[in-house]
Amino acid sequence: MPIFNPEIECASRDYLHALQSARLIKMVKNAYENVPFYKAKFDEIGLKPEDIHSIDDITKLPFTVKTDLRDNYPFGLFAVPKGELVRIHASSGTTGKPTVVGYTQHDIDVWAEGAARALSAAGGTNNDTVHVSYGYGLFTGGLGLHYGAEKLGATALPASTGNTNRQIQMLQDFKSDIICCTPSYAMFIGETIRDMGIDPKTLPVRAGIFGAEPWTEEMRKQIEELLAIKAYDIYGLSEIAGPGVSYDCECQNGMHVCEDYFYPEVIDPDTLEPLPDGQYGELVFTCIGKEALPLVRYRTRDICALTREKCACGRTTVKMSKPRGRSDDMLIIRGVNVFPSQVEHVLLSLNMAPNYLIIVDRKNNLDLMEVQVEMTPDMFSDTVKGMEAEEKRIEAALQSTLNIHAKVRLMAPGTLPRSEGKAKRVIDNRKL
Amino acid sequence: MIIKQLSIFVENKRGRLAEITKAIAAAGVDIRALSIADTTDFGILRLIVNKPDEAATALKEKGITVSVTNVIAVGFDDKPGAFSVPMQILADNGIDVEYMYAFITRRSEKAYVILRVADNDAAAKVLTDNGVEILSEAEFHEMMC
Repeated sequence: MPIFNPEIECASRDYLHALQSARLIKMVKNAYENVPFYKAKFDEIGLKPEDIHSIDDITKLPFTVKTDLRDNYPFGLFAVPKGELVRIHASSGTTGKPTVVGYTQHDIDVWAEGAARALSAAGGTNNDTVHVSYGYGLFTGGLGLHYGAEKLGATALPASTGNTNRQIQMLQDFKSDIICCTPSYAMFIGETIRDMGIDPKTLPVRAGIFGAEPWTEEMRKQIEELLAIKAYDIYGLSEIAGPGVSYDCECQNGMHVCEDYFYPEVIDPDTLEPLPDGQYGELVFTCIGKEALPLVRYRTRDICALTREKCACGRTTVKMSKPRGRSDDMLIIRGVNVFPSQVEHVLLSLNMAPNYLIIVDRKNNLDLMEVQVEMTPDMFSDTVKGMEAEEKRIEAALQSTLNIHAKVRLMAPGTLPRSEGKAKRVIDNRKL
Repeated sequence: MIIKQLSIFVENKRGRLAEITKAIAAAGVDIRALSIADTTDFGILRLIVNKPDEAATALKEKGITVSVTNVIAVGFDDKPGAFSVPMQILADNGIDVEYMYAFITRRSEKAYVILRVADNDAAAKVLTDNGVEILSEAEFHEMMC
């Protein structure tokens, strides 16, 4: 398998250490001098940029959490003047406001490099056509793989999501070699192909890069069978860059982290102490190679473990395991981040009781979200039409905040768990 | 002209109908007519009872979601084609029917239907003007005894 950037991906640990140290020093200085939030945080603990001499000093630095992005909404954590920004992306925040991220041209190049390494690790070359069925837009999935494909010199096909029959037609007609989408959509495409009576072996697609939502080894096997391809995992989050922060190689036993740009640590989410390699804890990233949003020790809330053994593929970069859960209550539904508190926010904005129950299920490999809410007495109507109109009204309000459709089920007042204490708000029936 | 109907929210849960009807029984209320609208998620039970206000209070005390809806009761001869007459009158006057249900009485020469339309007063007027019998609440309950 080709390696996109062997100088980095197969570098010695000493080389990486020196590179990471130099980049961390530069990045900390940038954060301190250009982001008032970081200056205040550093000053609070009496830390000066000069105190950081190497990557080993990273544990001296304070953590950043998602609410810091919200509190500084929209651009408060940006370290560059507007003139240097070339792109904005956004993802769901914990309340109504999205998490906004900005990129300089250098940052876009860094991100594209990560995605290009991922495509290459999946066997991609400049001769390939990369069919991108991630959503294009504020979500980083579509544009992330798109720029990665172009960086690799491959042909990007911006298919985006939806209209599965047309997707399959394009896969056949345009002779795509690699497909990129969420794993659940890959399953759906695979099953549609089977139902259409098409032999997947007749499709030229030989590899798929799937991410943006949790998936299991069992799903990997199913996708590989349904589409007659090899399925590769990719990891990323918009706060750090987007897809391509880490990626599977042909060994498929952990994702290589682009640690020259995104320095990973695993910490105990309770004590916040770093954990040794091999132990599961919360994944933390420091954006040592980025300009616009130099996040310091950003807590991803994903639970995983790091390993630094030399990989059979030849890469020397640290590998992270598939995330096995979250240290917060975020749900990933059809690739979209959903926080239960967002639902509460919407209900309160509609003058409804903040009592709700989210039920997530996976049917025909698509995530389904149902929100049970308590109607107010004046919402009750003696006609089915009237009740359905109320459900639709709430569904529309949820859709505009969550960016995905959730089915609303009206319940009688007083029948759902109260908001006091630790009410169970989520039932996730997906087998992940 | 207007008759009070109880509209009750019924969750799709085993035993819910038993619970509701027991609460009505405990209040000493007699059910005269009923229908239920069912969807995949919930049902709406519609009842005409002899003491609607008492029944509504008793149900609310049990935490059951109930509202009182105004409907009209239409009577016509129990013979083929009779029912189409009031339906045609409503259609001709642009009055849409939300739902309806038939009920039985102890007198057999006439048939009766409960009608829920968008505008009860307008419906009652055009039907009466065209010679269709509309029952008052008193007539309705008297007839049921």
